[in-house]
Parts: sequence; structure tokens; C-alpha cells
Amino acid sequence: MTRPIALVLLLALLAPAPLHAQAQPVTVIRDATVLTLGPAGTLERASVVLRGELIEAVGRELPVPAGATVIDGRGKVLTPGLFDPYTQLGLKEVDGVKESVDHDAATSEIGPALDVLDGFNPRSSLIPVNRIEGITRALVAPTLGKARLPLAGRGAVVDLRGALAPRSRWLTRGKVAMFGVLGEAAAEAAGDSRLTSLARLREALNELRSEPGPAVARDALLSALDREALRPVLAGELPLVLTVHRASDIERALDLADEYGLKLVIHGGAEAHLLAGELARRQIPVILDPSHNLPARFEALEARDRAPLLLHQAGVLIAIAQLDDKGTHNSRNLRFLAGNAVARGLPAPVALAAISRNPAIIYGLDGRLGTVEAGKLADLVLWSGDPLETTTAAEKVFIQGTDIPLVSRQTQLRDRYLRRGEAR
Amino acid sequence: MTPRPTAGLPALVPALLGLLLVACRAPEAPPAGTALADPFPSQYRVAPHPEQLIRGAIVLDGTGRRLEGVDLRLREGRIAAIGENLPVDGAEVVEAAGRWVTPGIIDAHSHLGVYATPEVWANAEGNELTAPVTAEVWAEHGVWPQDPGFQAARENGGVTTLLVLPGSGNLIGGRGVTLKNVAATTYQEMKHPQAPPVLKMACGENPRRVYGEGKKQAPATRMANVAGYRQAFIDAQIWRQKRDDAAGGKEGAKAPDRDLQMETLAGVLDGQILVQNHCYRADEMAVMLDVAREFGFRITAFHHAVEAYKLGPTLAREGVCAAMWADWWGFKMEAFDGIRENIALVHAADPARSCAIVHSDDAYGIQRLNQEAAKAMAAGQRAGLAIAPEVAIQWITRNPARALGIEAHTGTLEVGKAADVVIWDRDPFSVYALPQQVYIDGSRRYDRRQPAAEPESDFLLGLTPAALESAP
Repeated sequence: MTRPIALVLLLALLAPAPLHAQAQPVTVIRDATVLTLGPAGTLERASVVLRGELIEAVGRELPVPAGATVIDGRGKVLTPGLFDPYTQLGLKEVDGVKESVDHDAATSEIGPALDVLDGFNPRSSLIPVNRIEGITRALVAPTLGKARLPLAGRGAVVDLRGALAPRSRWLTRGKVAMFGVLGEAAAEAAGDSRLTSLARLREALNELRSEPGPAVARDALLSALDREALRPVLAGELPLVLTVHRASDIERALDLADEYGLKLVIHGGAEAHLLAGELARRQIPVILDPSHNLPARFEALEARDRAPLLLHQAGVLIAIAQLDDKGTHNSRNLRFLAGNAVARGLPAPVALAAISRNPAIIYGLDGRLGTVEAGKLADLVLWSGDPLETTTAAEKVFIQGTDIPLVSRQTQLRDRYLRRGEAR
Repeated sequence: MTPRPTAGLPALVPALLGLLLVACRAPEAPPAGTALADPFPSQYRVAPHPEQLIRGAIVLDGTGRRLEGVDLRLREGRIAAIGENLPVDGAEVVEAAGRWVTPGIIDAHSHLGVYATPEVWANAEGNELTAPVTAEVWAEHGVWPQDPGFQAARENGGVTTLLVLPGSGNLIGGRGVTLKNVAATTYQEMKHPQAPPVLKMACGENPRRVYGEGKKQAPATRMANVAGYRQAFIDAQIWRQKRDDAAGGKEGAKAPDRDLQMETLAGVLDGQILVQNHCYRADEMAVMLDVAREFGFRITAFHHAVEAYKLGPTLAREGVCAAMWADWWGFKMEAFDGIRENIALVHAADPARSCAIVHSDDAYGIQRLNQEAAKAMAAGQRAGLAIAPEVAIQWITRNPARALGIEAHTGTLEVGKAADVVIWDRDPFSVYALPQQVYIDGSRRYDRRQPAAEPESDFLLGLTPAALESAP
């Protein structure tokens, strides 16, 4: 657990010390209960040392470096920063104000090539609202509009320092996955049925597979940019995150994955628990919303609030997201969904991992994010208590080492009306 | 309670029964043009249930008190006693040491039944978007009792009573109905016998979007919204005057023709129908208070009221409730100023007189109003407002009962009131809390230890393989 020599060696390997290392601010959070979500598990009365953007050390009875800022973590819980696996953060300000909404592939002639980074606004008011409650990273996904193909474009993982980060540094990683839809929404976008949406998807993938071919045909489904964007998907390198609910639609997705060598992630997955064994065998992760327990659509008749538990028990890697359209403005509520899953039997560490470590794994960033371990980026939240509990608050938030001021447009509104007589 | 006309006639052949029904009913039918007080009367019956003694629980009684280790006796549908060491006296004993007991949870804003799951066109009954004033329609005629959401709300959220409202696409959307959350074939069997009718009105963007944007007709602006409410009530004032003149035997006065719109709006002017007003912005709420003053009616509650915190003392002074979400914000312009402390600030503006409510407006949110209240309470506490759990529980029990006009019957655990009770496995403000038992009028309608083998909703039978696999 406390192996300082190994730690130092590890650090030397992972983070070759910059020349000006001494100039980097150092912070120590002391005596907290640290839920590392790594091999060290839970550490009681432990310390975490942050240097610059990284976690330098984690353990008990660590020396406090000279000049370090010390934060007392007694009675508090330290976790990795929360990672929302599916949002439109930075792509919309007010849903009802269409000028402020940029996530919809809508009627675009171009589909798979769309890239959310072209619309991402790191200065969005939603970012401070959510980061001060512990969301430090988010996947930003495009959504499907009336597109010919059931593919909405490529998503990015962003860090929620937003405008606090130096320009061009707010990006964690662009183009982390392709996003698409199967089932009712795909059928609706295609204009008729599942048959059309599936056939178009196959046609597009066939077009691509037939490369190198003649110049893009005039009636081709894919533009030149689309082809470029889809190539890594067809190579099985870039994950294809499919929003799909009905068990039979998930089975079709598995067929497609076999036929074209796709690396699948299931999003939504209302009936994924019916195929839990097969998904586990194929190591296909599922991103789902534990609160969606009603037969909201004919493709979700088997929705269950025990779905996260059933998937986990079968060995599926799960992440928790919010399915409804309030989930981006209230990404901050992710931890309560995880808590509700725990109330239905999901082990608490798994529920916490489903909103931190597991999204990092799904998007290929677990080498840098998702656990409290030396060498990882310093995304950390110090909570007043159990991080999944309704009455718990985030008291300190660090994103990539930046100590986040706990201020948002909402806290400013609150303080204004607390001051005014009208509110007292 | 009116007995059904068919009671006691089960042996008769259907044809004869039909004739008899006609024969029975004909004399009762009022003369043409006469409005019945309630043409769709409640058929709710208190289910017989053995007397219960819930022992040793921590009780948040909804009156603002927290009682440790007390017993509750439920008898003949009512709270018969609350106190320490009550005698068993032949009651069934429910050991509840370490458990928490609250009044049945009440949702002041639901669309269960009118926007049922599955959310298909055929089940979308909530908005009569064919004219901006549809005071003549009643939500209860769109309620589908097979909506699976009712059972989920009871079992996961402890919801015993809910107000089902029309949507907010119209300026005046129609009447809402208060239901007891019991499994039933007809909505009349769920209809709360004591609850007054309510009228749904809507401010702001929704009517403008539906009519101005969608149909290129009025209202396209908030100006036309207000003109629309005023014209409707001007018409109602005139109609009501004629009605009253004729009833009072004024010389030459002739009763006006029946008019479903006017009957409902006159009911509002009479104070018999409670106004439930969808309204987000503080400035718009202030306008609506003036509209109500102009015509001499009261607004019982503002719903959604995302900016109610800007108007807290005014709402308390006017005696108007605010039914709010804990944290929804930003989905439209008028919801952009939402803050976590909204509910706590409305409450704290005048703790003695204010009427803060946590509502759901959502088939999922209704399953965890306790958690929504918890978040609002915690946000208030962090902002320095002293709000104890025994007070915050009123946001989802007593205060919605007040807004629904049933505070005399339910919403608190007091001797003589309806035995609408939830036993929680722990502090109901915990994210991990789940109802263990739910009682409605003293009848156990849910027991987590003995879950039903089949879903209540007819719709779900046989549709889902998992349900078939678990069938006996």
C-alpha cells in the first residue's frame, strides 16, 4: 500500500519531471477516506499529493512537501473526479433556444464526419454549474436528427475546467468514438422502418469496405469526409457507441459487429440485461440510466431498475448516464442515479466506478483518468460524506490539478437573492 | 358516497339489466340544461383491511414534528392513535423499530395516465392543442388507469395521492383531477372523493410556441397570453352574472345556455375550482396575481415556478403555493435562472405562511420525490437556511395537500385523518431509502417483502419475456 520507492520509480517512468517542477504548485489533501478505485481500494486516513496537473503520491503517512497547500480531509471522502459518459455539455445552452443548440446532426448531408469539437463552447454556463458538484470530465456526443444514415458523428471527451484552462488545453481528447442509433429513433430518422436504417448502414459500410474504389459516386451515402471518419470504425479501432434499447436491436448490432469487425459500446440499453451473458462474453460495455424503469417505448418494455445489477453480475462493464434531455444541464445528478442503483443492490464501489473509472476505460483514457493513483491526472473531488448521498456536497474540486472555484451562474443568482430583502 | 345503481342486481341477465338501468336512471336525469354538481362521481372505496399497529418508528408526521419511537394505530381507514406504547388490542403488529414513517407522499403535478408509458401518440392525452382556451376539457377523461407509472410511483416513491393535470400548451388547458394511487379499472375508482376540481392555466413560452410559432395565431406573445386569460374571464363574468340573476329570480332574467367552458371558469370565480398555474418567471407570476385580482379569483399554486425564489415574500403574503422541481433548469429560456436553493428560499421567506412544494411533472421524478426534497433541503442548509427534515417532509406531504384542497383529509399523520402512510427502510431523505410498506386509507397497497407476481397494469401482461419467465 505504502511503497514509496516503488512510487518514486513509477513516477519517474510515468511523468518525467519537467525542468521547472519546483515551480509547480503542490497540494496535499490529508487524512481523508480515499476511494481510489484502483488496486489500493479504499484507504482510510490517507493523503494525496497533487503536483501541477498530476497526482504525485497516494498513501498513508506521506510527508508533506515544503511549501505545499494542506487541505484537511478528516471526516471527508476523496474520490476520482466524476466522468459523465454521455452529455451534450458545451453544445447547448438552452434547449428551447435553437441558436444555442449545436448537437443535432439534423438534416446534414454529412453524417459520420461531424465532429462535436466544431461546436463545443468551453465557456458554457453549464460547465461551472456541473463541475462545482464534482463532474470533472464529460463525453460530449452528437445526436441524430433527420439523417439519412443512423450515424450522428464523432464525440469528444472534455475536461470541465472549461474557460479556466489555457486555450487549446480544454480538450482532453477529440474523436474518441463514433455515435449512432438503432431501433425506433433510427427508423424515424430514416423515414420509415428499422429495415431501411439497417440497410443504409450496411450500404455505407460496404461502400467503405470496397475501397480503394473509384472517386465517390454521385449517389454515394458517404462523403469523402465521412469515409475518412468511418475508416477507424471499420478497422475496429474507434468504438461505435450505439444508442439501442430493444434486445432484438442489440442482437442486430452484434451481428453488424461480427460482419464488419466493429468495436461496440451499447448506450441506453433498456433491454441489454436480457443479453447480459453474451455482452459480457464479447466484452461490450453498456452505458445505461438506472432510473429508466418504465416501458417508455415499445423498444423498452423490459426496462428494469435492477438492470445495472443484472449486467454487473453477468460481468458486463457498466457506466451510468442520464437518458433524458435534462441530463446535460444536470450532469451533476449522475451520482444520485448511481446511488439509486446501489439501493437496488449494485455494490457501491461499482456504482462509483460506473461514473468515474468505467467511462475512462470505455473511451480509452484509463491510463490518465478514472482512479486516484500516482501518475494520473489530478481530477479529484473531496466530498462532505458518502459521494452518492443526496445530502452530500463537493467541498473541493480539482480538475487536472486546477483548484476549481466553487462558483457558477447559479451560486451568483442565489447569493444575489439571499442578499435582497425580497428573498428573506 | 353514492352507491352504484347496479348494486345488488348481479343475478339479472344482461339485457334485463340494461332495461333496468335505463328505468332506474331515467327519473334521476336532470332536466336538459341543468349541470350536475359532479357528473363523473368518485367510485373510490376504502379497501377493508385489518387494524394495524405500526410500532416503534421514527415519525416525520407532516405537521413539522419528528417523533422518536412512537406507535401508530390505523383503524377503519384513519389514523386512530399516535403515541408511545399503544396497546395491541387485536391489531396486526408491524414492527418498525429503526424504520421511518411519513405521511403518504403527494405529487401536486403529474401527468400519469394522460401522458402514459409507452409514450406513443395513442397515449398522449394531455394537451388539447386545438384552441388556446379549452376550459371545457377534463384531464380525467384522458386518464388511462393502466399506465404502469402509477404502480412505480407507489412502490418506489410512496406516492398515495396525485394531481393529474392537463399539459401547458394552452392558456387555459382544462380541469385536473386528484387521484388516489390505487390499482383500478376506471379512473372513477381512483378519483379522490373529497378533492375539489382544479383548473390548469399556463404562462409563458409554451402557449406562444404552440400557437404563435406552430399555428401562426394568437397567442404569439406574452401580451396575447394575458389578453387571452382576461377575455376568457370577462366572458365568464358575464355568463356567471346571468346564471346568478336567473337563480336569484331577478325579473326578466333567463338562465344562460349550458356552456362547459363557462361552467368551469365560473366555478373558478365562485371559488369552487382551484387554479393551478404553470408559470416560471417571477415577473409573470406577478402579472398573474394582478389578473386574478382583476377578476376576483385566487391562484392556489404556481407550478414549476423556477424563479419563485425571487418572489418568496410576495407568495407567502398572498398565500399562494409554489410547486417546484429541486433542480431542473435551462431547458428553455424561462427556466434559465433555476437554482438549487429555490424551494428552500421560498420556504424560508416566511416559514409560518409559505407553501413550498416539491413536484415531479415526470413519471420518473415521481418515484423519488423524497430524494428531490432531500437535495433541496441540503442546498438550503448549505446556504445557511435552517431546514430540518421534519419541515422538508412537508414539501411533499402537507403542502401539496393544501394546494390540492385536501389538507383536512390527508397530508399529515394526525388522529382522524386518512391513514395514508409510508414506512421507509431508513431516513427517507437518503438516496438509498425505499418504501417498505405503503398504506392508502389504512389499506396496505404495497409490501416490499411480498411483491406482486404480476404487474398491475393489464398492458404489461404477456408482453415481456422476463415477466413470463417469472410467472408461476
